[in-house]
Amino acid sequence: MTLKLRDRPAVATGLTLILLLLCFCFLGPLLYQTDQTHANVAITNLGPSGAHPLGTDANGYDVLGRLMVGGRASLEIGLAVALLATSFGALWGAVAGLAGGALDALMMRAVDTLLALPAIFVLIYLATVTQPTLPLLIGVISLLSWLGPARLIRGESLSLRSREFVDAARGMGATSARIVVRHVLPGTLGTLVVNATFQVADAIILLATLSFLGFGLPAPATSWGGMLYQGTSYLLDGYWWEVYPAGLMIMVTVIAFNLVGDSLRSSFLAP
Amino acid sequence: MSVATQQQEELAAARPPGGRARTPLAGFAVRRLAQAAGVLLGVTLVVFMLERLTPGSIAHAILGPRASPRAVAAFNAANGLDQPLPIQYLDYLWRLLHGNLSYSYRLNQSVGALIAQEVPNDLILVGLGLTLALILALPLGIAQAVHRGRAFDRILTTVGLGLYAMPAYWLALLLIAGLSIGARLLPPEAGQSSAPAGILADPMGLVLPVLTLTLVNVAWFSRYMRSAALETLAQDYVRLARAKGLPERLVLARHVLRNSLLGVVTLLGMSVPMLLTSGLVVEYVFNVPGVGLSYWTAAANADYPVELGVTVVVALATVLGSALADIAYALLDPRVHLRQETQ
Repeated sequence: MTLKLRDRPAVATGLTLILLLLCFCFLGPLLYQTDQTHANVAITNLGPSGAHPLGTDANGYDVLGRLMVGGRASLEIGLAVALLATSFGALWGAVAGLAGGALDALMMRAVDTLLALPAIFVLIYLATVTQPTLPLLIGVISLLSWLGPARLIRGESLSLRSREFVDAARGMGATSARIVVRHVLPGTLGTLVVNATFQVADAIILLATLSFLGFGLPAPATSWGGMLYQGTSYLLDGYWWEVYPAGLMIMVTVIAFNLVGDSLRSSFLAP
Repeated sequence: MSVATQQQEELAAARPPGGRARTPLAGFAVRRLAQAAGVLLGVTLVVFMLERLTPGSIAHAILGPRASPRAVAAFNAANGLDQPLPIQYLDYLWRLLHGNLSYSYRLNQSVGALIAQEVPNDLILVGLGLTLALILALPLGIAQAVHRGRAFDRILTTVGLGLYAMPAYWLALLLIAGLSIGARLLPPEAGQSSAPAGILADPMGLVLPVLTLTLVNVAWFSRYMRSAALETLAQDYVRLARAKGLPERLVLARHVLRNSLLGVVTLLGMSVPMLLTSGLVVEYVFNVPGVGLSYWTAAANADYPVELGVTVVVALATVLGSALADIAYALLDPRVHLRQETQ
C-alpha cells in the first residue's frame, strides 16, 4: 500500500488540514481560555473586537472559543464512529462472507433492514425520547453507520475465501476466527482505511444536520451544527460571526477528510 | 458450456413443470420484491421496538404524566397494550397492512391523512430538484469525462467537491443571505397555502428551496456521472464507433450517453434516502409545508405516532426505490438478472 505520486499532494493537504483542525480544537482551548459554561447576558451578540476576535453569541459565549469546543464534539464523534463502525462492520462482513450459506444470507438481510431505516429520522426520534449525550450519539450513529463497511468487506471476503492462502491456513488447522482476523481482514485493509476516512466526514455531517435541526447536544455543550442552529435566528440582524465561521468549519473538515479519502481510494483501490 | 446453451437451460429451469411459462425477468422481479417485503418486515419490527422505547409508557405519553392508574389500565385495554409483545407486534403489523399508520393525539388527525395531505408538496419540491439536477448533471458529467484532467474538468471537480462538502442547510443559509437578505430578489420562505399542492400558489417562494435541492443533487450526481461516463468511454464499442468514423457528437449521444443512463437508474434507486433527508432539511429551513416539516414539528412536540409513521413511510420509499431500480435495470440490461440466475 504505497501512495501514488500524483495523489501525494492531495493527501498531504488533507492531512495538514486535519492536523490543524485537531490542534485548533484540542490544543486551542489551552492557549485561548474562554468560559463556555456560564452564560453572560451583559455581553450578548457583540461584534468582533480585541477581547473577542470572533465576537460573542446570543448567550454571551465567545464564538472563537465556542468553535473549539464545538469542533471537539464534532471530531470526537466523527473519529469514534469511524473507528467503531468500520471495525464492527468489517468483522460482520468478513464473518458473513467467510461463512456463506444461510448464515451469510441472514446476516446480510439484517444489514439490508437497518440500511432501509433513514438515519436522520431515527436519530431525531431518539433525541425526542432521551437526552442525547456524546457517548449515546457515538453509539447510535455507529449503529446506523456500520452497514456500508459490512457490505464492502463481505464482498472482498467472498473473493478472498477462495484464495489459496485461506485454504492453506484451513488445511493447517486454523480456526475460522483466526482466518478472519489474520488472513481475511488484513487483505481488506485498503478498503477499510478508505472507508473509515469517508465515515469520519459522514458522521460529522450527520451530527451537524441533527444539531442544526435542534436535536443535538444539550446546552452548554455544542457542536458546529448547533452553533449554526442558534446563529440562523440572527441572520437577518447581520450577526455574521454567529453563522459563517461554524458553517466554514464544517465545510473545511468535510473537504479535508474527503480529500484524503478520494486520494487514498485512487492510490489503493483503483485497478 | 457456451453462454447460449447456458441461457437456454436457464429459460428451461425458469419454466415450472406443467405451469405456465415464466420469463426469467418476471422470476427475478418476483424474487427481488419478495426480498424487499422481507426487509420491510424487519423495518416494522425495528420501528415497533423503537416505539416501545418511549420512556414511561405510551399511555402516559398520551394521557399525560399524572394519569390515574385506572385511566392507564383502561387505555391499555382499549388499545391492546395489555397483550404480550408478540401479539402487539402482530396487531401493529395488521394495522399497517390496512394502511393505518396510527393516530396523532396532538393534531387530532390520523397520521395517514396528515401524510396524504402534505405529500403532494414534497413530490413537487423533491421532484423538481431531482429533474433539474439530472438535466444539469448528465451533460456536465459526460463533458467532464471527455475533457478528463483538463482545466474544465478540474474546475468543475473542485466546485463539485465544495458543493459536496456543503450540507444542504449551509447552502440554503448562504442562498438566503445572498439572494434574499442581500439582493432582496427572492422570498426566504415557500408559499404557505394549505390547499393540496399549495406551494405552487407562490412560485417565487419555490425558487430558493428548489435551487438548494438542485445544487445538492448536482454535486452528487455529476460525480457519479463522470465516473460512469469514464468507464463507458473506455469500452470497446466506443473505440469501434470512433474507429469506423462516427462523428464524436454521435458517439457521445448514441453510445456514451445511452449506456451511462443505465447507471442513472441505479443512482435514482439508491438516492431515495438522501433525497428525503435533504428534503427534510430544506423544508425546515424554508418553512415548506410538507411531510419533512411535519416530522420536525412532531419531533419538537414529542408527537411519537407522527414520527414513527413518517419513519415507516420513508423506509418503505427507500426499500421500494431500490427494488424498483434493480428491476428496471434488469429490464434494460438483461445480462444482470441472467447473471444472478446462474449464481
